[in-house]
Amino acid sequence: MPIEWLFALMGGVLIGVSVTAMLWLNGRVTGISGIFNGLLSYKKGDMSWRVAFVIGLVAGGFVVEVIHPGSVGNILDYGWVTAAVAGLLVGFGTVLGSGCTSGHGVCGMSRLSPRSTVATLTFMGFGVVTVYIFRHLIGGNG
Amino acid sequence: MSKKNILVSFFVGLVFAVGLGLSGMTQPQKVIGFLDVLGNWDPSLAFVMIGAIGFHAIFYRIIVRQEAPLFTARFMVPDRRDITWRLVAGSALFGIGWGVAGYCPGPGITSMTSLDIRPIVFVAAMIVGMLLFRIMDKKLPD
Repeated sequence: MPIEWLFALMGGVLIGVSVTAMLWLNGRVTGISGIFNGLLSYKKGDMSWRVAFVIGLVAGGFVVEVIHPGSVGNILDYGWVTAAVAGLLVGFGTVLGSGCTSGHGVCGMSRLSPRSTVATLTFMGFGVVTVYIFRHLIGGNG
Repeated sequence: MSKKNILVSFFVGLVFAVGLGLSGMTQPQKVIGFLDVLGNWDPSLAFVMIGAIGFHAIFYRIIVRQEAPLFTARFMVPDRRDITWRLVAGSALFGIGWGVAGYCPGPGITSMTSLDIRPIVFVAAMIVGMLLFRIMDKKLPD
């Protein structure tokens, strides 16, 4: 088993541990797009845990760079315009579709939710086709 | 939300991000490689899903049998089962965005720590996309 696969598995288990803790302790699903989207409209008593979660996500980026340098980095050859287009699609799409890789892909698939299964197959499928078009038909992102 | 809930959220975010980093999810080149099923496929990120879903699927069942979460009154797990136009279209748009830049919401936020302009622009555009959805929400069919 290549070492990369082992790291992927280990990281995956840590993600599983964290979403399990969220459910066990706070009774919530860890859907990152949903948690983040909730920050964009004020609802009394519902903001601080969301802020704390996002701060944790950022803090974790620094922590993992210390534990395992080189974990965070993008060597692909695209600029900020591509990143902006992608961000627009991801922001709009995840709210319209009620979730992303964490909420649908990890939490929803774990409880065999039919909605999350359809969502995950859809975004994976469209991701695969998009990469095929950009990488092999147009010759874009790396 | 009590102080405990807020602390839990912070640590869940932190551990989640460390998991993302160790697994390779904060390296868009790996994400694009994973989505490149029709070309030069890099299967390593499949192990992230195996680890995360494997762990959570087991513990999810145990936890939801409890009467309530440890630090709050009740579980808030989505229970919708309807497959809607919004679910599929939203997931499709998200999938395209994911395939374009290699970031989904969590890794995008965590990757801002690298100070690379692209994840920062990605997250800013994600916010714009989420706000754009609010403007169009009422005009879109259910």
